[in-house]
Amino acid sequence: MAGKKQEMYDEQLLQLQEIDFVLLELNLYLDTHPGDIQAIQQYNQLAMKRKQMQMEFEAAYGPLLHYGQSYTKYPFQWIESPWPWQV
Amino acid sequence: MWLYEKKLQYPVKVSKCDPMMAKYLMEQYGGADGELSAALRYLNQRYSIPNEVIGLLTDIGTEEFSHLEMIATMIYKLTKDATPEQLKAAGLGEHYVMHDHALYYQNSAGDAFTATYLQAKGDPIADLYEDIAAEEKARATYQWLIDMTDDVDLQDGLKFLREREIVHSQRFREAVEILKVERDKQKFF
Ligand SMILES: [Fe+2]
Repeated sequence: MAGKKQEMYDEQLLQLQEIDFVLLELNLYLDTHPGDIQAIQQYNQLAMKRKQMQMEFEAAYGPLLHYGQSYTKYPFQWIESPWPWQV
Repeated sequence: MWLYEKKLQYPVKVSKCDPMMAKYLMEQYGGADGELSAALRYLNQRYSIPNEVIGLLTDIGTEEFSHLEMIATMIYKLTKDATPEQLKAAGLGEHYVMHDHALYYQNSAGDAFTATYLQAKGDPIADLYEDIAAEEKARATYQWLIDMTDDVDLQDGLKFLREREIVHSQRFREAVEILKVERDKQKFF
């Protein structure tokens, strides 16, 4: 990846990392506050938005998950670089 | 089971080749209070902890693996372009002889990871206090690592990890309170 595409990738990846961070924080909070209805509403709303963002990201850059949890184009995209530590 | 997600939890950037800093970071890779130790400790405790806190141990234990991957990424990026001479000058001469540029689960002094870093007492309060202590020790280590470098990109990733230890400690403290309430309930009936 180079130039414009790299920039787009970095930007969209960061957006995923941001929403995932909020979801993780809500998850850990709910682990010890399971009765907080507002936090649960926020969790479910963001989970839905996250699914949409994942689909858009994967359509542009390939699968985030393995074992059939993401779709793949031909040839098998899962094995394509870059891996996270190479970005 | 677990799934792998092909992304880091938080972006890892370094601004220079710095094998000396990589050596220090190994404390959080294969050290006593490091991320491998944390992940294995929490996930292993799940089988004997009361149901109320199994979810928390599962989720924090899983997050620790994503921190392990961030530390690995830091070490990889800090050493990938280092020559044998640079590694030797950084105190990684023995590491190069044994492992070349491979990562290895060891602490900053080169001692191999050992399961003796983990406790599993089967007593929920004892185990959770150990977890709180582990998080506080990891937080302190991250502060000292931040103090050891002037690389602001690296510091940014380390500050994120330091903050996560604070959140984990807080959640474990809440878990202790939940178990105390449950324990007191049982006394009355
Ligand atoms: Fe932690």
